Amino acid sequence: MPVEPVFETRIDRVSILDEHGRFDEELGAGLIPDEDVIAMYRHMVTCRHLDEIAFKLQRSGRMGTYPENRGQEATSLGAAYALRKEDWLVTCYRENAGLFWRGLPMEYVLLHWMGDERGNEIPQGLNVTPLAIPIGTQMLHATGLGWASKYRGEDGLACTFFGDGATSEGDFHEAMNFAANLDLPVIFFCQNNSWAISVPTRIQCSAPTIAQRGLAYGMDCIQVDGNDLFAVVKVVRDAAERARTNQRPTFIEAVTYRLGDHTTADDARRYRDEEELEMWKLRDPLIRLRGWLDARGLWDDSKQAALQEDAEAQIAAAVERANEVEDLPPTEFFANMYKTMPPNLQQQMRTMRTSSLGRFPETADQSATT
Amino acid sequence: MANLTLVQAINLALIQEMERDDRVMIMGEDVGINGGVFRVTEGLHKRFGADRVVDTPLAESGIIGTAIGLAMAGLRPIAEIQFEGFLGPAYDQICTHAARMRTRTRGALTVPLVIRVPVGGGIHAPELHSDSPEAIYTHNPGLKVVMPSSPRDAKGLLLSAIRDPDPVIFFEPKRIYRAFREEVPEDEYTVPIGKARMVREGSELTMVSWGASVIQCMNAIEQSGRDIELIDLRTISPFDMETVSESVRRTGRAIVVHEAPLSCGLGSEIASRIMEECFLHLEAPVQRVTGFDTIMPYYKLELEYLPDAARIGQAIDEVVAY
Repeated sequence: MPVEPVFETRIDRVSILDEHGRFDEELGAGLIPDEDVIAMYRHMVTCRHLDEIAFKLQRSGRMGTYPENRGQEATSLGAAYALRKEDWLVTCYRENAGLFWRGLPMEYVLLHWMGDERGNEIPQGLNVTPLAIPIGTQMLHATGLGWASKYRGEDGLACTFFGDGATSEGDFHEAMNFAANLDLPVIFFCQNNSWAISVPTRIQCSAPTIAQRGLAYGMDCIQVDGNDLFAVVKVVRDAAERARTNQRPTFIEAVTYRLGDHTTADDARRYRDEEELEMWKLRDPLIRLRGWLDARGLWDDSKQAALQEDAEAQIAAAVERANEVEDLPPTEFFANMYKTMPPNLQQQMRTMRTSSLGRFPETADQSATT
Repeated sequence: MANLTLVQAINLALIQEMERDDRVMIMGEDVGINGGVFRVTEGLHKRFGADRVVDTPLAESGIIGTAIGLAMAGLRPIAEIQFEGFLGPAYDQICTHAARMRTRTRGALTVPLVIRVPVGGGIHAPELHSDSPEAIYTHNPGLKVVMPSSPRDAKGLLLSAIRDPDPVIFFEPKRIYRAFREEVPEDEYTVPIGKARMVREGSELTMVSWGASVIQCMNAIEQSGRDIELIDLRTISPFDMETVSESVRRTGRAIVVHEAPLSCGLGSEIASRIMEECFLHLEAPVQRVTGFDTIMPYYKLELEYLPDAARIGQAIDEVVAY
């Protein structure tokens, strides 16, 4: 036969708890203990409330631009839950739920968006990287972090998050190519939320799935319902196993939806149909999980009311902690440019308010020190 | 002591540091079995194995981006970019991430990374193999930029770069990779980053240069027969203004020589700093002898572009006669 297939494949989609509340017992039974489901539901509700408060803070001028995470809580949370403490979480900026689950104090994210680098001062040992603003460049760091684990003969991995838009970036492809060809323990977790600001996924990827992008690199690829916490936990666990035992990367496309605007500086009504939004509101991961808990008698309205109260108190406390940080000294931005401050920066720092830069610096130095 | 070329001195430094510290690893295009296109990593793949001397996929941003991850995890990667003309694709990772990680995390995450890059013209190479982009990375805060002009300095500076807690771009002037040999101590020693070297002392004027241009300056000084002080900056960012100022206050005259284009080249910054710090000592305007504000020509005309002893000699005459 002169023409014959040399490679055939398919992309599977994993769904365990669907939007109609149907639960796949075969895949889902025993996957997550009930108490952990409850804890994660509580966590998601709390994160949702943080979004609401952050939005209000921005609108009232008490915080800068903020990107709501609303609708995407199940993705990073499921991943963070499925991974170990030593595994790196290399995030974009819509992974609050996963970062907080790992242990990042909530005020850190608030501080970040309040224009304060202290929000990125990740506590030692947390193994997360700070929010990444440039699109699609952080995946390479994850590949390097996973590589370091392999170099040391450890079985840790790195899981990196990014949106559908980021899969158009060159670094995304380089990160996948390095990870696959050098056999590195990395999980590429794409949050396909349908929109990159105003540009729909179709402009980023004309193939039927984003998941299949990983096929070209010879890695395992899977699509998952990103609003289904159970399915996310399952696919990340499978990917982690593959990374730990075979040092092979996995590409996960989690299909989810950005229920909010891109950021507080955006107005999605300019480019997005209301109908589409309304349809996705019905697939909200919180509603779905609440339904699962209700159906099993694990939740009720009074618990919900208590949770709401608790979430409000938690977020209020986080906002208070963010607002109560000490004022930064005006020279703060010089402090961490290098481990040891070089002479030119020392001089600029000393004279920043006593001399126009460079003008009579020797005299200015003297007046500053006397 | 061993009589070594620049290439051999760098190779020796890499071997010694890899033996001393198992966190040190080498990565890049053709650095493994092939030993690098200039043979700087010759023999290292065999000696240290494929896990520590890694042939990566052909992607400069990928090399630097993954090296950032390795460095953030506590390793000491040394990434080679094959030629300075291919730094472009890595610019984003270098300046957006490597340079900023310490300050944006207030030191919680740092990038102790060395980026080795052959640099400059004069070897009859194809296009994009002869540029001098050091000022670009000097203008970008958060990086250190180093360029040795001798085998002895190359070894000591490279050890300092590898041990430095911050990202260092280590430019290797390819024109002098094998141009001459020098006695290089086999024992471990470091040359501090940020300290210039007084190549020769003099009283008539101060000449400041770095990289392969230092050799052109020496030639010009010898031909002029004048008593000229020559300073090799060695580190371009942060550069040793103290040594330059001290010298210019004594001589009252200064010439800066570099291969890179004139406008916004490092010569501009040095001239400004001399004006700020030595104004009342100056007997003549600070002169620059540099490449031109053009694209580096193909190699038929590259020697017309690069500063040579004749052009530097002219500057000497002008500055002394002013």
